[in-house]
Amino acid sequence: MDHKQEPVLGTKGDVASHDQTKSWFYTDIVKEHFFHPKNFMENDADESQYNAIGKVGSPACGDELRVWMKVNPETEKIEEFKWKTFGCGSAIASTSIASVIVTENGGMTLTEARALKPQDIMERLGGLPQRKFHCSVLCDKALRDAINDFYRRTDQFDKMVVESSRIIDPVSKVTDHDIEEAVLDGAQTIEQVQQKTKVGIGNPNCLPAVEELIRFYREKYFGAA
Amino acid sequence: MSDIYLDNAATTPLDPRVLEVMLPYLGEKYGNPSSFHSKGKVATDALREARESIATVLHVRPDEILFTSGGTESDNLAILGYARMNKQFGTHIITTSFEHHAVLEAAMRLEKKEGFRVTYLTPDREGMIDPKQVADALCDDTILVSIMYANNEVGTIQPIAEIGNSIQKFRAEKNLSHLVFHTDACQATAYLDMNIEKLHVDMLTMNGPKIYGPKGTGLLYVKRGIKLEPLMFGGAQEKGIRPGTEDVAGIIGLAKALELVQKERVAETARLIPFRDQLIDGILGSIKRTRLNGSRENRLPNNVNISFIDIEGEALLLYLDAAGIYASTGSACTSASLDPSHVILALGFPYEVAHGSMRFSLGHETTKEDIEFVLKTLPPLVATLRSLSPVSVDEKYWL
Repeated sequence: MDHKQEPVLGTKGDVASHDQTKSWFYTDIVKEHFFHPKNFMENDADESQYNAIGKVGSPACGDELRVWMKVNPETEKIEEFKWKTFGCGSAIASTSIASVIVTENGGMTLTEARALKPQDIMERLGGLPQRKFHCSVLCDKALRDAINDFYRRTDQFDKMVVESSRIIDPVSKVTDHDIEEAVLDGAQTIEQVQQKTKVGIGNPNCLPAVEELIRFYREKYFGAA
Repeated sequence: MSDIYLDNAATTPLDPRVLEVMLPYLGEKYGNPSSFHSKGKVATDALREARESIATVLHVRPDEILFTSGGTESDNLAILGYARMNKQFGTHIITTSFEHHAVLEAAMRLEKKEGFRVTYLTPDREGMIDPKQVADALCDDTILVSIMYANNEVGTIQPIAEIGNSIQKFRAEKNLSHLVFHTDACQATAYLDMNIEKLHVDMLTMNGPKIYGPKGTGLLYVKRGIKLEPLMFGGAQEKGIRPGTEDVAGIIGLAKALELVQKERVAETARLIPFRDQLIDGILGSIKRTRLNGSRENRLPNNVNISFIDIEGEALLLYLDAAGIYASTGSACTSASLDPSHVILALGFPYEVAHGSMRFSLGHETTKEDIEFVLKTLPPLVATLRSLSPVSVDEKYWL
């Protein structure tokens, strides 16, 4: 088959595939999880069966992800992790593998699961094209949203962790929180966000992620894409 | 393993008859048309013949054809070259919000950096521009109107001759000799009337790789008397407007490809329309929550563009690819920008609908069996992706 080749640029700290000779720009593991996704919620969810539910994104952003977990109240280990996602191949594959990671070997504790980073998910997938990074970022966010939900339901409010900010552009040290502030401040386009934050000016590789965040925050606060 | 290519709007395979006429110029006839010796003369003659053949098909004069590297360059040269050369006569440009990016981004550049005012006409939900919209937008300082002949994503055919007529009328009434009309005809060339006399256009873009010709080839028709500022400098080729040694083999291939598609277009249109309609009706009939994007009537014979509500186009693209069906999506993740299709958005639909759009573009090699295979393969793939999806977009957004 004659597949489109995707040049993949890697940067420091990124585990995107550097192999440009592959005929498909996803690894075999990505393909396995994309074509045969594990642990997805097959029918409508009976939410009463789950004690930790999380959601992130919106279809307008191009990705929406929901997760339903059964957490053992004694051990706080994840016994079951079901999901549904509206998204591209990477979003489906990264969520599928995350569902395996958090439930294998008896299941992760919530503390372990919360430490799961996008890089860990990408590593297990054997890398993703760099501009697909945001897909696995969504999946660890949904997981943490569900973890908070469990603590909320069990009145362990002290254990809930509000999302701390995440560096989007290592060059300008701009975080997602900075972009959120810029959008709240009226910025609607990449150019306007750049005027306020300088994000991506020395590091244009991060611009797709910035674009996605701008849309996400505009949708979140102004209901407009 | 099937191998069904339904992405002919992205590019077409090279017609063997085109390859055949190109080969000598990739081999023994390697001369540079600018050389004053026998080898050069062979190339010069071939170039002249190709230009004349193209001019005959388009009903224009040979000296009105400028060869370029493709559709993008032709569009850029038409928009940037014309606007920069003629800004003393006016700084207003009219185009549409669903043009190809080669027009759209050139216009945006002029707007953002060079002091031009650009009106972006919005198509209706069927993907059509009304000639009245153009007439209403014309001003005394309008120098350029650029509207595509057929849209590359949704395949809608615009009333170019009518629009051209009303622009000519306005030009005559107001005595605005510097108001010109450009059209990007890349998607139209293989199927529609390319008689430029009838189209009332002053500049026209077309290219080789959409008409079974070689990639890296294109042309801009420029009516006599129109002046363009070059984008490149350094030689006298193409009257100095497009310097650089001509791609002789490519130009010969382009001329042959144009001749063939125009000769065969009526028969090919009659052959493809039933396939197109079978695919549209088959999908809409067998898969719920789907919509056809773009007008059914004013539509290229090879274009099918469907939104599969609640799923993301790229995922479906990859599932189809694994089944040996090659289609395309303007949606988020396949393009480096992550933007969903600007065309579907321009038609007035929300991001959710744009994200789920897929384009199947038929061509020479498409058979009835191909269409049947797609119709058999598609429903279970859509069902699988929908079972993974948490989304159920309300009908009010897409019906």
